[in-house]
Amino acid sequence: MGLEVRDLCVERGGVPVLMGVSFDLPPGKALILRGPNGAGKTTLLRTLAGLQPALSGAVTGGEDLIAYASHSDGLKAMLTVSENLAFWADVFGQRDVTTALHAFSLEPLRDRLAGTLSAGQKRRLGLARMLVTGRPVWMLDEPTVSLDKDAVRQFATVVAGHLASGGSALIATHIDLGLEAEVLDISPLRAQPDARAGASDEAFL
Amino acid sequence: MSLWEYANPVRFLALSSRVLPVFWGLAALCLVSGLIWGFFFTPNADKFESTVKIIYLHVPSAMMAINVWVMMLVASLIWLVRRHHVSALAAKAAAPVGVVMTLIALFTGAIWGQPMWGTWWAWDPRLTSFLILFLFYLGYIALWEAIEDPDTAADLTSVLCLVGSVFAVLSRYAVNFWNQGLHQGASLSLDKEENVADVYYFPLLVCIAGFVFLFLALVLYRTGTEIRLRRTRALQAREVRA
Amino acid sequence: MKALLIRDLTLAFRAGGGFGLGLAFFLIVTVLVPFGVGPHSALLSQIAPGILWLGALLACLLSLDRLLALDWEDGTLDLLATSPLPLEAALSVKALAHWLTTGLPLVLAAPVLGILLALPAPGFFWLVVSLALGTPALSVIGTFGAALTVGVKRGGLLMSLLVLPLYVPTLIFGAEAARRGATGMDPATPLLMLAGITAGTIAIMPFASAAALRVNLR
Repeated sequence: MGLEVRDLCVERGGVPVLMGVSFDLPPGKALILRGPNGAGKTTLLRTLAGLQPALSGAVTGGEDLIAYASHSDGLKAMLTVSENLAFWADVFGQRDVTTALHAFSLEPLRDRLAGTLSAGQKRRLGLARMLVTGRPVWMLDEPTVSLDKDAVRQFATVVAGHLASGGSALIATHIDLGLEAEVLDISPLRAQPDARAGASDEAFL
Repeated sequence: MSLWEYANPVRFLALSSRVLPVFWGLAALCLVSGLIWGFFFTPNADKFESTVKIIYLHVPSAMMAINVWVMMLVASLIWLVRRHHVSALAAKAAAPVGVVMTLIALFTGAIWGQPMWGTWWAWDPRLTSFLILFLFYLGYIALWEAIEDPDTAADLTSVLCLVGSVFAVLSRYAVNFWNQGLHQGASLSLDKEENVADVYYFPLLVCIAGFVFLFLALVLYRTGTEIRLRRTRALQAREVRA
Repeated sequence: MKALLIRDLTLAFRAGGGFGLGLAFFLIVTVLVPFGVGPHSALLSQIAPGILWLGALLACLLSLDRLLALDWEDGTLDLLATSPLPLEAALSVKALAHWLTTGLPLVLAAPVLGILLALPAPGFFWLVVSLALGTPALSVIGTFGAALTVGVKRGGLLMSLLVLPLYVPTLIFGAEAARRGATGMDPATPLLMLAGITAGTIAIMPFASAAALRVNLR
């Protein structure tokens, strides 16, 4: 059920961004992605989530294990908190949203329209979405943006619970979540400017 | 040596720079000789008088207007299946040529239609189909222009070209159904009996050859420009990252 | 899939969802036509089927802007693409939601507006039938246009340029059926052609739309 990534090369806009990305993400483990802005964390996550093709390399584990959370939460302002969650639960073939609401203390807000929430509350709702996907491998892109300290701790607890129940998580973040997790620094994996990796621009060089 | 070798942009440029002068020369030769022959050394037709001579521009441009779209369709398919950049860029390069051909066909048709039918424009099925084809060309070019990432643009325009082709054919039948027209039958067909008289036929063939060579030369030339633009862009992208 | 349909319908009916805008546009176009061509019933009744079809088509086109753009901006499309729901199915459902909130109201409103344009009595039935058969094709083709241009900022005008030529066959057969019905001719042939176009587009266009959207999501 884990994720195995071997020698992955990802591109953005016809230029290779990262080369030779290899890691294992067995069940129960978390991996923190680090690297400066623009290093390619988002590109790597989007590639793993199956939104864009990789140039080369192998990913075993499959896209249908992965729940992906991007910068934006995919919330509808004119739906209530519980309607937003119920929609995603249904799309992923799940029913129960109360656990997710509880985990991020969203119960008092459940009938509020998502558009009236604060930025931090929206983010919590976006993260609660991961719980209703029922998928084992979480991929989170900067999940703690606009969260306060308590909410970050809450989030870390939820991730820890997910790991304890046999899930795994790949998290691109700058802050310390207090999780027992390996760290993968992707800055050394940056593709050299003259790299030949099969990116679409190379045909013209 | 397979044809796909020339899918490599660099090798394509080398080849095109060798054959381009030949195509330009053939285009000039055929067009000049065909048009002079057609305009000055063929008789006026009984019914049409001198206006008959507009077929030397009208028929070739109308043929090319359709053929260019077919070429774009083939190039789009090659890009979608085999991901050869030259193919996508050739389709991009061909579109403006196709637009101009369509416009020439529409304008010469109007100039011919005025004395013959007494009107510049009629909603005849052929005329209408060409107008719709013109709109398809415009949409295709606009989509290329609107999207920054060249590969995304190539993919989307290729899908549009495929879908557009189906709808263009559908429109042709719909328009035929909608209005039976005034336009005469085809000027050329493989069935010799239906063709125009020989005296017009041969200069017309020369003109058609001229238009084909002109199209080939223009597309090769413009594809070369597009390749160089992509190369500049790729080099800049590397520069920025270095 | 049901969840997506219900969500799209709910959003359309809530504040700011844009339900009724297409309908209002249809009304205004119809009202403006007599100002443009003159109030003579004979002329109006002659052009009524075509004007009503054109008005419905433009109202449909106008509302396409919202079809994918909002879901694109807030990241919903990214998340849907990584969900178990195939993108083809998601787009079919969204086209269906668009038809239910835009096309169907237009079909129902058309006879009322037909009165304003002095549509001949036998024309009402065929107008509704032709619109009911044809507007689903407009939604499905429109979804393709929206998927092509979703990555383009302020792509509304571009989308119109791409979608309108694709609407030509639907408009021709739809308006022809309504016209024949109104003048007492047999509308069966254009109606069958129209039904064929609708069936064909519903079957094939979602694949083209999903392909375009996948390219845009890369």
